[in-house]
Formats: sequence, C-alpha cells, structure tokens
Amino acid sequence: MGKKNAAQNTAMTIFFSLLSILWLCPIALVVLNSFKKKAYISRRPFAIPTDKMFVGLENYINGIEKTGFFEAFGWTLFITIGSVFIIILCTSMCAWYIVRVKNTFTSIFYYLCLFSMIVPFQMVMFPLSKIVNMLKLNTPWGLIIVYLGFGAGLSVFMFTGFVKSIPLEIEEAAMIDGCTPIHTFFDVVLPIMKPTCVTVAILQTMWIWNDYLLPYLNLDMKRFKTVSIAIQYLRGGYGSIDMGAMMGVLVLAIIPIIIFYLFCQKYIIEGVVAGAVKG
Amino acid sequence: MGQMHGICPIAVIVYIIPGKEEKSMDKAIKRYFPIFVLPTLLAFTMGFIAPFLVGVWLSFCKFTTINDATFIGFSNYAKILTDGTFVHALWYTSLFTIVSVVFINFFAFAIALLLTRKIKGTNLFRTVFFMPNLIGGIILGYVWSLLLNGILLQVERTLTYSSVYGFWGLVILMCWQQIGYMMIIYIAGIQNVPGDLVEAAKIDGATNWQILKNVTLPMVMPSITICTFLTLTNSFKLFDQNLALTNGEPSNMSELLALNIFSTFYGRAGWEGVGQAKAVVFFILVGIIAVTQNVLTRRKEIEQ
Repeated sequence: MGKKNAAQNTAMTIFFSLLSILWLCPIALVVLNSFKKKAYISRRPFAIPTDKMFVGLENYINGIEKTGFFEAFGWTLFITIGSVFIIILCTSMCAWYIVRVKNTFTSIFYYLCLFSMIVPFQMVMFPLSKIVNMLKLNTPWGLIIVYLGFGAGLSVFMFTGFVKSIPLEIEEAAMIDGCTPIHTFFDVVLPIMKPTCVTVAILQTMWIWNDYLLPYLNLDMKRFKTVSIAIQYLRGGYGSIDMGAMMGVLVLAIIPIIIFYLFCQKYIIEGVVAGAVKG
Repeated sequence: MGQMHGICPIAVIVYIIPGKEEKSMDKAIKRYFPIFVLPTLLAFTMGFIAPFLVGVWLSFCKFTTINDATFIGFSNYAKILTDGTFVHALWYTSLFTIVSVVFINFFAFAIALLLTRKIKGTNLFRTVFFMPNLIGGIILGYVWSLLLNGILLQVERTLTYSSVYGFWGLVILMCWQQIGYMMIIYIAGIQNVPGDLVEAAKIDGATNWQILKNVTLPMVMPSITICTFLTLTNSFKLFDQNLALTNGEPSNMSELLALNIFSTFYGRAGWEGVGQAKAVVFFILVGIIAVTQNVLTRRKEIEQ
C-alpha cells in the first residue's frame, strides 16, 4: 500500500512538473522572441534565435522609446499606490461609520455600494469620461479620485462585513476613556482591521494596476499613459503591430509583476482566499 | 496614565446604564460625518451614482456629448434589435461564457483535488499556476496572440482568420489566466473538509469516487458557488483580452458584448445613443446573472 502510494506520488510530481513547465511556456516564448529581429518574430516564432536573428537589446530600446515605457510605468505605480492608499483610508472610515451609525441614509448608502458591484463599467464609461473632463480630473491625481468612487463598492462591502464582527465593547471602552471617534478609529479599530486592509489592498491593486479602459477613457493621453495603454498604443491605426517593440515592452511589463508576486506570494494568495469567502 | 485614572469611575457608572451610553456613542460618531463618510460619498457620487443616472437617461437620447442630448424615447433600444452585431455578440458571449466556466472550474477543481494530496512540490506548482492572474488582460492578449498565431502558422492561418479561432483562443487564454485563481479557492475549500469525515467514510469502505461524490463535493459547495459566480461574471464582462487578442476581427465576428458596446460608442459616429442603450441592456443581463446566482445559493443554504 505504502509503496504504491509513493510511486503514485512520484508520478504526480512528474506530471505536475511538466504541466508547470507548459504553464510557463507562453512567457518564455515572449522572452525568447524579444531578442529576435522583427521580421523573424511573426514568421518563425518558435525558432531559437541564431546569429542571423539575434538583435540584442534593440527591441527593448525601440519599445521603450516608442511607448515612453518608464514614464508609463511610473504613472501606473503612482496611480495604483495612490488609489489603493486612498481607497483603504476612506472606505474603511466610511464602513465603520455606516455600521456604527444606523439610520436610513447609511443603509441606503450601503445598498448603493452593493448595487454598484454588479454594474459593468460599460454602463457608466461614457458619462463618467465626460464628467471627469468637465471637472478636469483627467490627470493621474484626478484618476485616484475616480478609482475611489468606482472602487468604493467592493471595499465598503468588505470592510462593513468585518466591522460587524468587531465587538462593540472595545470601542466603547476607548470612547469612555475620552477618545474622540477619530482616535478610536485609528488607534483601536484600524489595527484590528489590518487583515481586511491587506485583502482589499491586494484585490484593488490587481484591478487598478492592470486596468485598461478606465485610464484609457479618462486620462489625458497626450501627457499621461499607463503600462496597459502604452502596450495597446503599439497597435497601429490599422492593426499593424511592431512585433519587436511589442516583445520588448511585454517582457518589461511582466518581469516586475513576477518579482512582486514572488515576494508577496503569501499575502496575495491569502488575500484572494479571504476576498473570495466574503465576496 | 493619570488622566485615565480620573476618567475610570465615570466609565464604571456609564457601564451600569448601557442603553443611554450606546446612544451617546452613536451621537459622538455621528458628528464626524464630514470626515468619515463625505470623501467616499463625494467620490462615489461622481464616479458611480451620477454617471449611472446620466447613463440611463442618455440611453433614451440622441447625443454626441452630454450637452446636446435630445430625448427620443425607445428608438435606441429598437435599433439594438436591428443591429446584427449585437445579437451575434450576445450569442458569442453566452457560448464563450458557458464553455469557459465549465473548462475553468473543471480543471481548477481537478488540479486542486490532486494538489491537496501532499505531493512533493505542491507549493511550487501552486505558485506557477496562480501567476498568470496578476498579469493584465492587455498583456495576456498579446502574449497569447504570439503563441497562437505561431501555432496556426503551421497550417497557414491566423487567429483572425475566423471567429472560431478567436473563440477557442479566448477560451484557452482565460483558462490559463483563471484556473490558478479558482484552484486557490478550491484548495482552501477542500482543506476545510474535516479529516475525520473522510476517515470515517474510508473505514466504512467507501471508494475514492464515493468519497469525492458524497463527502468532498457537498462540503466544498460554497467554493463551487463562488468560483462559478466569479468565472461567470469575468467571462461575461471580458474586454481587455478580447481587445488585445483579436480586436473583434474578422469584421466584428469575434466581438464579445463589452467590446461590441465599446466599438458602437467610439467606432460608429452617431451611434452613441445605441451604444448607451446596449450598455443598459448589458447591465440588466449582468444583474440577472448575479441575482439568479444569489437566489440559487440562498435556497441551497436554507436546504442545508
């Protein structure tokens, strides 16, 4: 019995090792092609670059120049970090208030947040982009406010779910000791909410970092781009793509994500599980 | 510290009369409305409530910007029905959603089942399978268009040769991206199945298949519900991957609903109103899916 199990397990390990390698193939293929001459990428995508095909870093340099990649990367970083920070700060405060102060207004607001979670972006994209233009919010700073508005639903929902489980006595004790609501929130409630903050931060980061349509419609693209916009920008007016530059930029866009993932893997996976259970 | 001692007796007194004290706390927080709620409320109004209401109104108007909108009743909605691309996109999206939901959940569950058997290297495999999730839809689309076009090159075709290729390309892409995510949720669900329950079944002589069917599956039902919901809405609302992989080609035949709405808005002058009406229909469809799923889940929970 034991021997059979061991053999089975080894077979499984081999099977999953092969599957894992297969899983990584698409990315490996992009890396491989990023070192090839443009013409060979679409004609011979699976060939190992020989001397004739090899171009060194030309694709990377070309791609960076064409898209303004590093600038786009910087703005994406700015928008993501700014939005996630503001979302966590504002919606956690808001959620606490909603749960602790019960009246018609807060319950309407709560149900509106729930409602907003099922509304697809296409429903609001046109009016939103007009409103954003009118209010001159078409900058990375403005986009942070837009993300707070559009991302509020999910975050408020998740935070309220958690606040409901915090026993009231803890806060009461703090208030009775003379804490203002602001102190109570930041010194007592927020530290307890830390796991939920991590979950919300991860879900929102995954969404905002990769989002394409919202920044595409709302950013003033002459001045600002995000990584997704920069990549899509390489598709020319009539669908022609500079494959060389594309490969270089794809690799540059993927590598930081993988590094980030390897460092924060534990939190990301825990966050996904926690988010799924509540969502 | 001294300060706290001074307040303590009052605290004791207030604790004795809980009803009054609770109200005062409520009141104390209430005054802080501008700090706690107002920022989110303003952003939410600007980013969601206002655009939503304007969007509903605009679906009954003819317009190119918000200012020049004139009310025309239901004619935008009537136009949707005569627009063949929308009906095609609706079928294409429905079929795509069904196929990808089945594939993703089947493989994610199967992998989760095998990976919870204490195989060597489980953590590494989990890491690899989950990784594609973090990569954005636009990037994924171009990564896969390279790979799939490369394969189709062997038979001298491209992804945009027919909408069938685009369809399976999208299914494969979505499987690659989403299996890892759903697998993580299934693994968490399977690990929550009490070990003694499985042991008891084994002692009673149940086969592996019987254990799976009668013990594991019912116990992970909540995970199945969540994953079905997530894959359902993800596939139905898919946009970025569709845009990058085929851009709807050939001639809008591989367009999913979200991309169809987008190209109606921004690709056909004078059709903005129809685009908005399509978006309202799209929203209603997503709403129906979400509500149906919710009702079904509730019913199951009550049964248990």
